[in-house]
Amino acid sequence: MLYGTRLRALSILTAVTLTAGFGLAFFYAPMDADQGFMQKIFYVHVPLAIVALGGFVFGGVMAIQHLRTRDARYDLRSYVAIHLSLVLGAGVLITGSIWAKASWGHWWVWDEPTLVSFLVVFLLYATYQPLRFSIEDPERQARYASVFAITAGAFVPLNFLAVRLAQAYTHPRVFATTDGGLPAKMQLPFYLCLIGMALLFATLWKYEMASKHTSAQLRSLRRKLGGDDAVAPHGRSAAPSLGTSS
Amino acid sequence: MRRTVGAVLRKELRLELRAPQAVPAMALFSVTTLVVFHFALQRGQVDGDLAAGVLWVTLLFAAMLGTSRLFVADHEEGGLDGFLLAPVDRTALLVAKALALFGFLAAVEVVAVPAFALLLLGPTPDVGAVAALVLVLALADAGIAVVGTLVGALAVQTRARDLLVPLLALPLLIPVVIAAAKATTPLFLPGGAEAVPGRWLAILGLYDLVFGLLAYAVFDYLVED
Amino acid sequence: MTDTLPDNTGYVAAAYLVFFALVLIYVVIMSSKLARFERELSELNELADRQVRERETVGAR
Repeated sequence: MLYGTRLRALSILTAVTLTAGFGLAFFYAPMDADQGFMQKIFYVHVPLAIVALGGFVFGGVMAIQHLRTRDARYDLRSYVAIHLSLVLGAGVLITGSIWAKASWGHWWVWDEPTLVSFLVVFLLYATYQPLRFSIEDPERQARYASVFAITAGAFVPLNFLAVRLAQAYTHPRVFATTDGGLPAKMQLPFYLCLIGMALLFATLWKYEMASKHTSAQLRSLRRKLGGDDAVAPHGRSAAPSLGTSS
Repeated sequence: MRRTVGAVLRKELRLELRAPQAVPAMALFSVTTLVVFHFALQRGQVDGDLAAGVLWVTLLFAAMLGTSRLFVADHEEGGLDGFLLAPVDRTALLVAKALALFGFLAAVEVVAVPAFALLLLGPTPDVGAVAALVLVLALADAGIAVVGTLVGALAVQTRARDLLVPLLALPLLIPVVIAAAKATTPLFLPGGAEAVPGRWLAILGLYDLVFGLLAYAVFDYLVED
Repeated sequence: MTDTLPDNTGYVAAAYLVFFALVLIYVVIMSSKLARFERELSELNELADRQVRERETVGAR
């Protein structure tokens, strides 16, 4: 299966959607009454967060498929999704921190339950790669990683629920969210940004999948042309490797 | 299945009774932690949410100690291989180990909670509060036991198992910490214990259910060969 | 537009810059991978050419 097909169209669509979304956010959406200009961070921070969490859950779904079918390709899909979401997640935490500093003067606040939950989820998924790296046998590594991805994926909604309930009675929700409360003129840019971020995830995911696939194909080709000793031995790695079959 | 669980559970308990390693260490560790808390917080007494926090952090870290050791003996001395050869449902291992861990936690708490009350707790809880505390402990321990068994089984095959167990288990247990701390705070109030909000008990129950089912579904993949 | 920038422009700009930096980092990583692929592929191509030549030399004998 090839991952590079339609990649160009996808990336163009991503660029267009995100540009439109950000453009509308700055030139069409009204200024927020409470927060003023700094509320504009919302249009990059929240879609990024939603997509990162979606990516983690997608990684969990791929992991389920991996355990059911034992097809190593699902493990690679899961790995890339989680890896990508972790990077985006770091972006969520940084932009969230910047927003906190602008709103309340502190680089971190415990008041915003979504940000706090996200930190917990981030810390959990940060262990994914060390876990993989500490298991040498590739088949076992993939299997255990899938178990982890499924467990962590189930954990995400539970964690958000618990943290939100813990905050509900101490602090009112300050930031505008997607659960109703968004004025109409803010909704269009927000949803565009959300779709754009999702497309960005899809684009980067395909990008990385195509890259890993190409790597594996090159390796396989090298083995076929040069014999087994032309290929450098596979050292210990946290990343799954595809076999020689496509 | 029930007989397998019973057999494995009896083995665990007998091993622990014959050569106590985990429970005494965990109990001693929790008492020592309480002393450390006294010096770290620079207080003679705690109450309310601070008391709940101290208690749960202590119990949680003691649990991490016990969890790291849960599968080590089986892994190193071949007990795991023996179990895999037997024609039994492998999930029985999960149930038995989780029950064993729950038992160890309960045993540790028999020491740790009175020690906590003696050393650091300001207000003295009455019978009703103690009963509520026992309920919260039971629900939280169930969650810790399930997650601990899952993470223990995951980590025992890796090279850095002592590091990995707390690293994996602590974030997963945060909802338990949240709910347990919120639930026990009213019990330690200086003005007299108040009722535990049912919401937190519901969260603990939900957590136990979700992770119990998840562990049940997924455990086979960890112990196959 | 007003003469002065609105408050907190710095923070908003920083947040969006972080986002773009992330995306650009991906572009950089991918470009270095692409360079490596190109190099490997040309090596393999040479290897294949060499084998074809050897076979022809053997066949001609």
